[in-house]
Amino acid sequence: MLTIKNLKAKVEDKDILKGLNIDVKPGEVHAIMGPNGAGKSTLGYVLAGRDGYEVTDGSAELHGENLLDMDAEERARKGLFLAFQYPVEIPGVSNMEFLKASVDAVREARGLEPYSSVEFIKLAREKSKAVNLPADFLKRGVNEGFSGGEKKRNELMQMMLLEPSLCILDETDSGLDIDALQVVAEGVNALRSPDRSFIVVTHYQRLLDYIVPDYVHVLADGKIVKSGGKELALELEKEGYRWIEGETV
Amino acid sequence: MRTELNIDKALAALADQPKPDWLVHWQQQGQQVLSQTAWPTRKTENWKYTSLKSLQGISWQAETPDAVADGIRFVDWQEISIDFVNGRLVNTPKLPDGVTLHRLSDCSEAEGLTFLQKVDSERAGFEFDALNQSLLTEGYWLKVAKDIQVAQPIHLNFISSGADVVTSTQVLVELESGARATIAETFSATAEARVLVNANTALYVGDNAQLTHYHLLLEEGEVRHIGRVTGSLSRFASLSSFHMAVGGILKRKDITIRHRGEGAELSLNGVYLPKGHEVIDYHTTLEHEVPNCTSSEIFRGIMADHGKAVFNGRIHIHKDAQKSVAEMNNRNLLLSDHAEIDTKPELEIYADDVRCAHGATIAQLDKSLLFYFQARGISKKEAEVMLSFGFINELLDALNDQPVQTLLRPLLATLFAQKQADLARHIL
Repeated sequence: MLTIKNLKAKVEDKDILKGLNIDVKPGEVHAIMGPNGAGKSTLGYVLAGRDGYEVTDGSAELHGENLLDMDAEERARKGLFLAFQYPVEIPGVSNMEFLKASVDAVREARGLEPYSSVEFIKLAREKSKAVNLPADFLKRGVNEGFSGGEKKRNELMQMMLLEPSLCILDETDSGLDIDALQVVAEGVNALRSPDRSFIVVTHYQRLLDYIVPDYVHVLADGKIVKSGGKELALELEKEGYRWIEGETV
Repeated sequence: MRTELNIDKALAALADQPKPDWLVHWQQQGQQVLSQTAWPTRKTENWKYTSLKSLQGISWQAETPDAVADGIRFVDWQEISIDFVNGRLVNTPKLPDGVTLHRLSDCSEAEGLTFLQKVDSERAGFEFDALNQSLLTEGYWLKVAKDIQVAQPIHLNFISSGADVVTSTQVLVELESGARATIAETFSATAEARVLVNANTALYVGDNAQLTHYHLLLEEGEVRHIGRVTGSLSRFASLSSFHMAVGGILKRKDITIRHRGEGAELSLNGVYLPKGHEVIDYHTTLEHEVPNCTSSEIFRGIMADHGKAVFNGRIHIHKDAQKSVAEMNNRNLLLSDHAEIDTKPELEIYADDVRCAHGATIAQLDKSLLFYFQARGISKKEAEVMLSFGFINELLDALNDQPVQTLLRPLLATLFAQKQADLARHIL
């Protein structure tokens, strides 16, 4: 599914990723944990193709295709989905318009017919109900005036509509209370399937109680410094990141 | 201005037209002022950022008979449409009870002088008023009688056509006390038109009357449009006036609204969208002459390509206008490195118990917003169109005015896509 080899990247001349390796197979859930400033969010942005994140070495392939050569929109159309830590607000552009544009673009790339407006409205309502967002949120500006939890649920709804093969959740737990966290985690779990993979980026172990990973990686100073099963997350929670940093020094 | 602006042919044509003495006198007065008025240059404060070069080097003439256009429809609205070609009324629709439309040329001397006096009393040193006066052969007086509520919008549909044609028009809209109406003025031009449109509108909103007004400058091509809109609000009058300018070579509109009766309410909003090498200039002045009036003004602009816009928004709170509430906001989006906006909000406050605020911003499309679209598979180009439209749509949404939205959304969607229809397919 996703193969990252020796990935190095910098932002504004500062090296952030310093040779990262990871291999995600179909259906797997990988958690990436690490202290602040380790490069967790950078990894998500580099994979999603954000401007200003310059790859200096290494490779990243999705379904065997070189991800790093593609524009951001192309990556999304190929099945990559980044759930943002801080989804932006877009006043003046309705959620419905935005979702339709997004779904049409991705479906077109997959050779599928666009949904008719009627079909799409029905589908969008269904999904908004599934993530517990009132239907009138579809008429509002994208994320406009949404609470932190509502924004994350909106991300989840987009994920459901786009049916990506690789989902990267960037600190999806940040700013969520326990109830909202459960709603989001249930939504993610419902999307788990043998041909869909997840990279769950998080600072805290808490989220992993709900989204149980197959592998846990610790990212520190731009590299994976330790990998293990889900029990690694519990160890980290107990010992703190200084335990890892102490080991690597 | 006579040396710089060549209107000799248009003036000569005036002599051939039969008209009452009082109108001749009015024109002559204007011509005198015109010849005494200095040609505005960059050194003229009012014209600092807008050049009038595109008016020069052309011998402007009055309309010639062959320069008549067949009615163009820019909008499809369930309205009563009154059509004008180069300032001439070309149809006579049936108007609802209590609504009358008089031509200045049909007025008695007393009525005519009243019309001109009403128009004249609203002036405030705008150079092109003298041009309007000099060439004015016809005016239109739309009146809504006391307590009449007109449900259907009334559309004044102005069409320009012909080569080197200058047209001066004066519309006077008068709502008597307690009346309620929606009046939309649209300006369009035939594809080959090469014109100078000099269109003035005066709005009088009586006690407790409510006027919803649109003034949309939609001419594309070789069109210069220079004119003014004035408004006078009586006690507890309410005016909502929406403006828009797209296309053409140069568009300049001076808008002056006066609060003359206590408790009056104004909502003044506008959108300007210069692209190519177009120049659009809005000068607005809100005169709070009496206490307890409110004004809210929002103008937004998007400048693309080499497009340029000027926004000058002035709020003037007079000495006795206590408890005035006035807010003005101007936001601008620059889509290209070659685009330009000159914005200048001005507050002049002479009363001490008022609440006033103003603000102006200039920005480019937010990269983090663009990335969000792209991360969802939407192309950058489509994202730009959707974001630009959203910037204007945010204002339309805030107005919460159904006609504005049904009228303008399709128009704007087409405009933003710049002939690439698929880029606008997700707007609407």
